[in-house]
Amino acid sequence: MPEISVRELANRIPDGAKVAIPPSRSGVALAATCALIDRKARNLHLIAIPTSGIQADMLIGAGCVSVMECAGVTLDEHGQAGRFVETVKAGSITLRDSTCPALVSGLQAGEKGIPFMPMRGLIGSDLLKHRPDYKVIDNPMSDDPDPIVLLPAITPDIALFHAPLADRHGNVWIGNMRELMTMAHAARQTFVTVEEITDTDLMRDELRAPATIPALYITAIAHARAGSWPLGLQGCHDPDNEELARYAAASRDAESFAGWLARTQKRVTV
Amino acid sequence: MDCKPQELLIFTIARMLEGIDHVAVGVSSPIPGSAALLQRSLSEGKTQVTVLNSRNLQTLNDGAGELFDRAAQGRIGAFFLSGGQIDGHANINLVGIGDYPRHHVRWSGSFGSAMLYYLVPRVILFREEHTRRTLVDQVDFISAPGTSPPEIHRPGGPYALVTGRCVFMFDRKKAHFRLTSIHPGHSLDEVHENTGFAFDLADNIVETPLPDAPTLALLRGPIAQEIADPYPAFAHQVFGV
Repeated sequence: MPEISVRELANRIPDGAKVAIPPSRSGVALAATCALIDRKARNLHLIAIPTSGIQADMLIGAGCVSVMECAGVTLDEHGQAGRFVETVKAGSITLRDSTCPALVSGLQAGEKGIPFMPMRGLIGSDLLKHRPDYKVIDNPMSDDPDPIVLLPAITPDIALFHAPLADRHGNVWIGNMRELMTMAHAARQTFVTVEEITDTDLMRDELRAPATIPALYITAIAHARAGSWPLGLQGCHDPDNEELARYAAASRDAESFAGWLARTQKRVTV
Repeated sequence: MDCKPQELLIFTIARMLEGIDHVAVGVSSPIPGSAALLQRSLSEGKTQVTVLNSRNLQTLNDGAGELFDRAAQGRIGAFFLSGGQIDGHANINLVGIGDYPRHHVRWSGSFGSAMLYYLVPRVILFREEHTRRTLVDQVDFISAPGTSPPEIHRPGGPYALVTGRCVFMFDRKKAHFRLTSIHPGHSLDEVHENTGFAFDLADNIVETPLPDAPTLALLRGPIAQEIADPYPAFAHQVFGV
């Protein structure tokens, strides 16, 4: 398994790529995000599975994103994602608003290699009105009229996340963050940063194997201790709430955001 | 014993969860979360609770989709939604004010509402701010509609709207709210003045009941400790833990 630097990992995510990213509680690769900003990535199409926070906000604020597909972008108890809000209001990114289960279902269609997935709900919502790629059909299995929404498969070019542990073969242990498994299954390439690399073969470990993504799905791994800082990582470290509060304040205007980013780029080793 | 406004809201919502097997609590929901935990305790554990983004109060281990699968299977009896705007037909708007997508006010997004509102039998709308800004005649963007035509598969939907001033129950057939109780210290005139949609009046509008002393003690003791897991800042502010 190629073990590469965080900087190299970011270099291998090309401009214009469709990149799937996890929610703030589930292994967000923020060190790699800083490296993407550092290399001046452009025109990324971010797909939040199913929501994002500081990661999407940073990438949007740094001008790396042209399309944002999500069910929500929020800094949770720290407030609004300021760069996301301002950029959407200015109309300078394309927004593809959705709802959490639609993003997960679309990704599951991608995982299964089928063209779409049906889902309940959405009918009568303005979300549906603004998503011409979501189609309503009459349930062919029902004798009575039964309109249902079809969601196109989501096949990201890249899945990018941070996990607690990988082994020398490239297997990646994700603990309870199962959405990372779906992301890796559906994406063409998966780049992972990890807290630690172990000599144990995770796939041969009965307790860990069910929560391990086999190396087959993994394109490359980079070692990044605290690679989700200032967000936490389940079972490894808590979020740095003071820094997240500082970020929330900084994200309200472009100048403060630029200042925060410059300080953070220096702090995060890439 | 003085009851704080938040404690009254928690108790009010908890009473709406009686007899529910499993209550799920989404993000940014400290008051509904406390209510679910209070009901769990009052029911001696018959009501099970899942609180998203908690360490010890969540029962999910199959990723971001499992909550929605459970809702689709009918395994979630009650859920909570809110809105930047909520209108008289119980349509909710979590997206923004003005013309989409270039709203002049933009919120975070619709999250799971556009599915859960259809499938969870008892959705309780909760919005503490009760003003003409939040309770409007018509939302600017429908994240999820309050009602659907009969051909749409919809076992779920709005049950009640709880605000900082009062409780409205929702009549799904009429697609209309009915005012049923007003919190102590608030008045009918004040509710009219601050509500942007038309609503019916219950025959007997009561003062929202306060929790008794043992219930308040339960809330301030074990429930306060439990809600500090997902919502430490809220638990500190309201209960001093």
